[in-house]
Amino acid sequence: MIELSDYLVLGAILFALGMAGIFLNRKNAIVLLMSIELILLAVNFNFIAFSTFMGDLAGQVFVFFILTVAAAESAIGLAILVVLFRNKQSINVADLDSMKG
Amino acid sequence: MIEQLIFYVFALVLLFSATMVITVRNPVHAALFLVLAFFNSAALWIMAGAEFLGIVLVLVYVGAVMVLFLFVVMMLDLNLGSLREGFMKHFYIGVPIAVVMAVQMLLVVGSGLFAPETLPQAAMPIPEGTGNTSMLGGVLYTVYVYPFELAAVILLVAIIAAIMLTLRRREGTKHQNPGEQVKVRKADRLRLVNLPSSRRASEQEQD
Repeated sequence: MIELSDYLVLGAILFALGMAGIFLNRKNAIVLLMSIELILLAVNFNFIAFSTFMGDLAGQVFVFFILTVAAAESAIGLAILVVLFRNKQSINVADLDSMKG
Repeated sequence: MIEQLIFYVFALVLLFSATMVITVRNPVHAALFLVLAFFNSAALWIMAGAEFLGIVLVLVYVGAVMVLFLFVVMMLDLNLGSLREGFMKHFYIGVPIAVVMAVQMLLVVGSGLFAPETLPQAAMPIPEGTGNTSMLGGVLYTVYVYPFELAAVILLVAIIAAIMLTLRRREGTKHQNPGEQVKVRKADRLRLVNLPSSRRASEQEQD
């Protein structure tokens, strides 16, 4: 029998992998977006697991909305990336220093 | 027993592909490994009883979002060398932080704190005897109709934002202007010229 903690452990490891991805690929904006997708996936795992083991439908509805917002986010993020590449010929995050912040 | 085995197979492939996403050199390969990760997650969600969301993950994420990712990755001419520099430097910071985070979270979630009998009462209990999709549809269009419409507005905003960000007028391309085309009158374009009729040279010689 699959326990609740199995899903939670899987979600925790997936979250840590996404977090490590943000650290490792600090230069590459595309892989940064992919790491954010991994983190969102880990969060969704927790929602689904609790929804199943509590018998509560609200968690699945929440996952539905998270998926919607994540899709919108990645669409806008990739559009920004395309504009960035058009202007700078690079997607290196280190090149984004025109505001001198 | 067999269920547990299937769970572990999918979970291991998921973790393997997630690791590959963050470590491979080529972003195209990373995107393809992310597809594999989403696919395995969908299978795990279906095993957990969330069939609708599992199918949505495959259709929306594998079918739309990851194709968008691949499209952008392949469209851009990336300089892989400069994007990779500093990988090993960040490796020794990022990996220990991730390991510490994972261990801390495992201490919390793996300690039996979340045993099924300790969980609170369900706020919205799953009704018996209906399919997952019809249950979700039942609450999505009644209880959650306002957030649902808000989600639709967010998607609309995303469409408009993505189009407006990437839209540009290039120099030297030919466009039609429908307004100008409709406004044209006959007098602007057509000029009638009254020419006297003339005969061919051969006919003139016969006269």
